[in-house]
Amino acid sequence: MIAEIGLAALWLAAALAVFQLVAGGLSLRPGAPPVLGQSLRPLAVLQGGFALLSFAALLVLFATTDLSVALVALNSHTAKPLLYKVTGAWGNHEGSMLLWVATLATSGALIAALERRLPERTMHAVLAAQGFVASGFFAFLLFSSNPFTRLPMPAPEGVGLNPLLQDIGLALHPPTLYLGYVGLSVAFSFAVGALLTNAVTPQFARVMRPWVLGAWVFLTLGIVAGSYWAYYELGWGGWWFWDPVENASLMPWLAATALLHSVSVLAARDALRVWTILLGVIAFSMSMVGTFLVRSGILTSVHAFAVDPQRGAFILALLALYIGGALLLFALRAGTILEGKRFGLASRESALVLNNILLSALLGIVLLGTLYPLFAEMVGARVSVGPPYFNAVGAVFALPMLAVMTIGPLLRWRSDTARRLARPLVALSAAGLLAAVLALLQGDIGLLPLSGFVLGAMLVVASVLPLGGRSFRRTPLTVWGMVIAHFGIGVALLGMASDAALTRERLVAMAPGDAVTVGPWTVRLREVMPVAGPNWTATEVVLDAQTAAGGRTITLRPQSRTFWAPVQQTTESALASRWNGQLYAVSGGPVDGGRWQMRLWWKPFVTLIWLGGLLVALGGALSMAGHLRRDTVRRSAARRISRLAAPVPA
Amino acid sequence: MTVMKWLAAALLCILPLPAAAQSAMPPAPLADRQLDDPRLEAAARELMHTLRCVMCQGQSIADSDAPMAGDMRHQVRSRIAAGESAEDVRAWLKARYGDYISYQPELNRVTWPLFAVPALLLLFAALVFFRRVRVAAKPRR
Amino acid sequence: MKRLWLFLPVAVFALIAGAVAYQLTQPRDEFVRSAMIGQPLPSFSLPPPGGGPATLSDASFRDGRPRLLNFWASWCLPCIAEAPQLERLRGEGAVIVGVAIRDRPEDVAAFLQTHGNPYAVLAADDIAELQLALGSSGLPETFVIDGQGRIRYQHIGDIRAADVPVLLDELRKAGS
Repeated sequence: MIAEIGLAALWLAAALAVFQLVAGGLSLRPGAPPVLGQSLRPLAVLQGGFALLSFAALLVLFATTDLSVALVALNSHTAKPLLYKVTGAWGNHEGSMLLWVATLATSGALIAALERRLPERTMHAVLAAQGFVASGFFAFLLFSSNPFTRLPMPAPEGVGLNPLLQDIGLALHPPTLYLGYVGLSVAFSFAVGALLTNAVTPQFARVMRPWVLGAWVFLTLGIVAGSYWAYYELGWGGWWFWDPVENASLMPWLAATALLHSVSVLAARDALRVWTILLGVIAFSMSMVGTFLVRSGILTSVHAFAVDPQRGAFILALLALYIGGALLLFALRAGTILEGKRFGLASRESALVLNNILLSALLGIVLLGTLYPLFAEMVGARVSVGPPYFNAVGAVFALPMLAVMTIGPLLRWRSDTARRLARPLVALSAAGLLAAVLALLQGDIGLLPLSGFVLGAMLVVASVLPLGGRSFRRTPLTVWGMVIAHFGIGVALLGMASDAALTRERLVAMAPGDAVTVGPWTVRLREVMPVAGPNWTATEVVLDAQTAAGGRTITLRPQSRTFWAPVQQTTESALASRWNGQLYAVSGGPVDGGRWQMRLWWKPFVTLIWLGGLLVALGGALSMAGHLRRDTVRRSAARRISRLAAPVPA
Repeated sequence: MTVMKWLAAALLCILPLPAAAQSAMPPAPLADRQLDDPRLEAAARELMHTLRCVMCQGQSIADSDAPMAGDMRHQVRSRIAAGESAEDVRAWLKARYGDYISYQPELNRVTWPLFAVPALLLLFAALVFFRRVRVAAKPRR
Repeated sequence: MKRLWLFLPVAVFALIAGAVAYQLTQPRDEFVRSAMIGQPLPSFSLPPPGGGPATLSDASFRDGRPRLLNFWASWCLPCIAEAPQLERLRGEGAVIVGVAIRDRPEDVAAFLQTHGNPYAVLAADDIAELQLALGSSGLPETFVIDGQGRIRYQHIGDIRAADVPVLLDELRKAGS
């Protein structure tokens, strides 16, 4: 029954999306009856409601392990902890796609319900675009990935969820990322709506900004969570592998970051109109490209998840329609947008333009490197593009961008003089120099980590300079947001450089009683013992670690786990975090003569990577809150003024 | 989106290898033993992180648990210990498995756009920026 | 002129979408194939299982007779499925050289006892040295080597009934 409700809700939502598209499209024609336009907001809200209802039905099916539903039988199991039963709902292709679409419809509902500042005509175009995008993805779900299909006969027991996915970090990583991916659809629809109705104004940018910020915050959190999960769950000690699937999440983030900054220029200075529209289209396009790359299995390493050329072809057709359509619209209409205001070389705008150009170039590199193996295959060659390429070529663009980032926020809008910057530049150079000296004292660390240390230190200092001379209490939230986000980038950069340059690794076969040193730690193997969990058994290696300086002994317990359903072995790494780094242990199983293969790392300051990432997200959230508050204040002020101006009723 | 990748890794590398279907023999001597000279080990480590495992194609041989990845690590370490440079070892493997095995694309007839496009982008970026500034510097009518 | 620039994004996208669409229609090769086809065997020498003086080297292949070089192991499940097909190949006159990878001599003996011994010569490779030197990507795997010791053909995975004539044909081509 619940599956049928879910499916019916999905069909209803799809029908409403089509209605929304048609009504919205027709309402744009001159002389259209006003009821068409007026129907759009209720349609969007209803569509969001039904999509959420459908997703809720899926959650219930998974929570109750309804084995008559094919998706549940294939991906769940009665003997799983309830939490992972529920999160298993999006641990598969169909369920995660439903979450994707439900998020899309909810975003549409939110703009329909909340956004009242744009001209009504533009708003109609925006909602039509949102309905357009949603209807395609609803069709994809209904025709090629129906999550509610019943089995002819209920399965006696479920197949189970991949144990790698039975982890809380992993349970939360996809929904967060989807909120980001799909939240960008709002920017996309806004851009399309503005193109159709020729309404690219600073007001438009102000309306778009909180939505972009919101999506960007979730995207940032999703990437940070995914990276940390990969780091501790896989037991490989790395946090970023330049894998196509990771790049698929990085590309929308790069585009959204560029968009965020160009929207600010448009809102504050009425410049970069055409560019902002283009980025609005590209950001969500990258989300869709990411979805396609992951689902189609077209690139190596992305094999397992729904490797289905037919689904791939379906999504590709949608991409051609949406991305191709929007870019074509851009090509035809952007010429009519008047270019905005001008600015000088030494100005906040020019720093932001440089940031935008470099971020876009970086996006281009990641896109090129990720897709290039595909192009090479067309001429019959198989090549791999991996870390050595992305690190080296990416640095060419990332390093100047980070350098601009140190001084950009200190510049004034429109035009500024180099002389005013003399003092901060001295402070920055001092910070950079100090970092360089400290880094070089650690020995031969390589050019890239060295640049990371220098720029990270400069950025950490530079990011707080805009607070200089301000009263903390009266500093607007938006400024705090920028300061904290930029500070976070500096912090993350220091963490990356430290991990790359200072990590110590030991691979060693140990018997109980053996001790090895890794970095400042002496690690002793105490014992190996069996342990049991709710749906797994494991052998646990107990390690005691102590620094040379003495201090408290810490115990690490890495495991090799065997899950029952499905039968599968995983390695559970053990981490001990200290203020100055992490000790990381992985057990590789028995070797011979009672010895155990261990992989140990000491990673100084590695946690700064994710701490920095969280700060970036926090900065984005603060900035969003600041803008929303400012907008409400403005709006109520405008209302008061209009009330004063209105004739007093007799 | 890393989720799906690990799913991939798991399905490709764990499922086809139930416990029964693993060699009873110990892995090759240098598969999981570091070289005594830290400089050589660092060179080997860096190289291993840029070589693709032929069984679990989403992983580097440094990260993979596949037995063949262990054998490849042994080859890398023993060849580097014998005095070969990292690039010699990479070339040896490329001669056997093709360019696909190395995550570091070389410049050749097929891959030149990987290097030409960034150069063009850099040029284009500079052009766009300076054009903007020049136009901006002109007084507005 | 300015208008033309605006078409650049859609043009780039069309290029990418076209390439991806074309690639979607192409069959995907899940395997990493050897780049050594057409090359002479690298020099090597391997002992029999259990050790002793080398019984197999690259020179063994240069006597004018084409051979099959089969990599396998007693612990490899598909190798069991492959055993009857190897037996058929031997019955058709193929000379099969076996290299057991990372295997214990007693396990090798037990396997051959149970599933039959199709091998003219058997050698052991405990660190998959020869396997890597030939660019082989897994077990089981079979190469066709011609009488001059040149690698002519690679078969990845277990040999199915349908593969037997293909391999015999390749052997014939290598012999002519």
